[in-house]
Amino acid sequence: MIPQPTSSFVPSAAGREVVLDVRNLRIHYETPKGDVIAVNGINFQVYKGEIVGLVGESGCGKTTAAMGILQLVQSPGRILAGEILINGHNMLGLTEAELRERRWRELSLIPQGAMNSLNPVMRVRDQIGDAIITHEGQQPKDKLKARIMELFALVGLPPRVYDLYPHELSGGMKQRACIAMAIALNPPVIIADEPTSALDVVVQRVVAQTLLDVKERLGVSMIMIGHDMGLQAQMVDRIIVMYAGNIVEVTPVLPAFHNPLHPYTQLLISSIPSIKERKPLKITTGLTHDLRNPPPGCSFQLRCPHVVDVCKKIPPAMIQREPDHWVACYLYGKEEKEG
Amino acid sequence: MAEAAIMQTSSDAAPKSSKRFSRWDNPWLNSKFLVGSGMVLFIVLLGLVGPLFWDTRLARVGSADLNLPPMGITVEVDGVKYVGTAKNPLGTESNGRDMLALIMTGAPMSLQVGVIAALIGMGVGIVLGSAAGYLGGWVDNVIRTLADSVITIPALAVLITISAYVRQIELSTMALILALFAWPAPTRFVRAQVLTLRERGYVRMARLSGVPPLEIMLKEMMPNMLPWIAASLSGNITGTILAASSLEALGLGPTRIPTLGMTIYYAIRAVAMLRGMWWWLGFPILTLTIIFVGFFLIATGLDEIANPRLRGVKA
Amino acid sequence: MTTATPLLEIRNATKVYGGGFLQSGSRVVALQNFSMMIPEKPAVITTIAGESGSGKTTLANAILGFITLTSGQILYKGQDVTTLKGPDATTYRREVQAVFQDPYEVYNPFYRVKHIYDMVIAHLNLGYTPSQARELIEQSLRVVGLRGEEVLEKYPHQLSGGQRQRVMVARAYMMNPKLIIADEPVSAVDASLRAMILDVMLKLRDDLGVSFLYITHDLSTAYQIGDDIFVLYQGSIAERGRTVDVIERPQHPYVQMLINSVPVPDPTVKWGAVLEGVADESLRATVESGCRFYPRCPNRMDRCLKAMPPLYTIDGRDQQAACYLYDK
Repeated sequence: MIPQPTSSFVPSAAGREVVLDVRNLRIHYETPKGDVIAVNGINFQVYKGEIVGLVGESGCGKTTAAMGILQLVQSPGRILAGEILINGHNMLGLTEAELRERRWRELSLIPQGAMNSLNPVMRVRDQIGDAIITHEGQQPKDKLKARIMELFALVGLPPRVYDLYPHELSGGMKQRACIAMAIALNPPVIIADEPTSALDVVVQRVVAQTLLDVKERLGVSMIMIGHDMGLQAQMVDRIIVMYAGNIVEVTPVLPAFHNPLHPYTQLLISSIPSIKERKPLKITTGLTHDLRNPPPGCSFQLRCPHVVDVCKKIPPAMIQREPDHWVACYLYGKEEKEG
Repeated sequence: MAEAAIMQTSSDAAPKSSKRFSRWDNPWLNSKFLVGSGMVLFIVLLGLVGPLFWDTRLARVGSADLNLPPMGITVEVDGVKYVGTAKNPLGTESNGRDMLALIMTGAPMSLQVGVIAALIGMGVGIVLGSAAGYLGGWVDNVIRTLADSVITIPALAVLITISAYVRQIELSTMALILALFAWPAPTRFVRAQVLTLRERGYVRMARLSGVPPLEIMLKEMMPNMLPWIAASLSGNITGTILAASSLEALGLGPTRIPTLGMTIYYAIRAVAMLRGMWWWLGFPILTLTIIFVGFFLIATGLDEIANPRLRGVKA
Repeated sequence: MTTATPLLEIRNATKVYGGGFLQSGSRVVALQNFSMMIPEKPAVITTIAGESGSGKTTLANAILGFITLTSGQILYKGQDVTTLKGPDATTYRREVQAVFQDPYEVYNPFYRVKHIYDMVIAHLNLGYTPSQARELIEQSLRVVGLRGEEVLEKYPHQLSGGQRQRVMVARAYMMNPKLIIADEPVSAVDASLRAMILDVMLKLRDDLGVSFLYITHDLSTAYQIGDDIFVLYQGSIAERGRTVDVIERPQHPYVQMLINSVPVPDPTVKWGAVLEGVADESLRATVESGCRFYPRCPNRMDRCLKAMPPLYTIDGRDQQAACYLYDK
């Protein structure tokens, strides 16, 4: 049975400019035993100049959603429905050529393990140069060099990197080179998929700091996918929590940690080990239902400590509790989804 | 392009399918593997089942009229017109031997020599390669140096010399001589595999579980090496059959046994082509080609089965 | 310190790679003069913390016998592990277990999951009858929240990563070992399962008296469950002591930098001030003598380059830091 999407989108907070508007994004994976519903019709927006964290356990669909936004979903995955609006125009439904032209300019990606996506036989400057030239046409050499050096300065890379190959850089420097590549064309939105997961803790901090600097100085918005909640707490302005293909809560970062509303978010927050306090560990089980055949109603019902009858029948709609704090749970009201 | 490199990202939502066998993509239905197997099977059946339908005694000298072309074809040989009949569908050669019978008896023999030599070579290779890879140290150094040296020896030249001196060559002698040069490549190959597998998590787990080295090699490593060994073996077989046929075509094979290579030898000696008897040379070559291409396709197909990435399946 | 034979004692373990006359590659000192002791009683969880290149994986591999040390000794119950033969070796394999980071790699894809149990039953002289063994397997799986029928007959690729890791932990549990070497056991596992696996570790320590060597780069989890901690930096101990002491009051400049860089999951507690000194890692320090942290240390002195600082005791506590700052 195909579950119905939760209700229509969270309207934008007054006065804030929306740079990315995702509407009813639905992505399925085809398997011989039925479709896996990876992203179940999600809606969210990203405002100008903010970092939004996208969190959830593995299998929740966060990476799939990001790939969907970038339109890098690989078969057997398919985008079934949705609109992805960047500065007003819909990215879905563009031809391959139009997409290629738009891609790095409107939306770029810092992938996981980005250090490994640098071409080992090309100098760093040439790879960044390539990206610029491909999207903006040929550039006069000195202008290009100046621009690349400026990018290096923005991400804190020393000028000597201009002549180096990737293997001559440390892990942190490589990652920052990838960040430079992502901001090269000044896109309004960058998707960062666990950008620091392969790095040591000290370097991680430096790279995270770089991302924050870049956001401050360029006003670029970012979606930060990750499961390191500590990092999320330090870096993001708002958090979107996903579970089993659905968005269950959207909240500014402070309430996410101090006052989580959705039972799943509460579970997530209480199971984070902190270096500041020793507390007993909270035990839970992992994802319990088959993503091909989700139960009718709320997707979290099998693990929820507060489950009631209505949860098992109809999926809850997103309810607004505070300005900017939305949660899909019957604990906070009896709004059912439309239709 | 950097963006192209980024396309490698995979998703986290799909149920993790096995690294080697996708649930709906049966790897054994690989076209190359099936076609290749079909070809080889055809030749094998020809040898096994053929004699039930066709009198193979016609392969003996003088059993039929001489110099007949394949049925239905008229050819002029040495100035005389010959007409092919259904009695000898593939024609006959200068000694009155029936071509179909020759192929039926010769093909299995060529196969036999090649397969036995390759099997011996692979067997030696597995033993030596495993020892070298797992034990390391001086054992590894000795075996590796030996294998590397033998590889540099020009095999065909040595084989020709040996064959020229050995008086009576039987099929088994032939196979043994060929095996002399068939073992270094499998040895190096198995050694490389063992070295890789030795550091695998599950092999370490087996070591931690107290499993003795020999059992680790047989029960933990071998099953995971089998597809590669099979592919390598198929490749080896083409090599040995080629070497065998080359020797025979030069007249250095078993003289009493009508292998494909020997038939070719006699055809060349009798200047068959210039005299117009293309079928004498043609059919043995065709048969050998089917065998080669068959094994080649099997080897390539097995490679693809063992390694999903070659199939275009994104891991 | 008790006078009884310690369970595990490591004396001046050193491992050097490459750099020899005929060998390719430059000399890398993976582990240098590492010494440590785990008592037989009481059971403790000792954390070996460090980043990549710290030598922690080298240490684990040496204890498990996958690599041999260049110099130094590893003694299990007083016996050098490299000299164990026959029944002593079997005992070592039985009493010292391991759980690894990658829950996929440790399974042979050719066999069903139960193969990992079959191996130990066949080779480690557990002394159980088949029905006893079956019952024990079920019991150990229950501890990690699984049932035999859910997992045993399946192939590894049919289980999730979390399930695979739990089965491995159950296997270690079933052996009733004295010591478990856990090399990043929860790094590849979701947050929800992390707590369960760490909880199993605590249960094993408290109820069955199993000691752990918990090897990790994640100081947050180490803080939750570790009793003692050794922080390694490029092969040497930077600081050691009670986990609570070292993490709440780090003394070595490197450890201070490390603790400062761990993101706290609370938006009101931002990262501490960036310490001066070169925060970015350079490629592995080439200092051959002296303190390895010299190139990045904000407190570096000339004497730091001359000789590697020994461990100095801090303030009468059971805490030591390898830094001349603490040389009285």
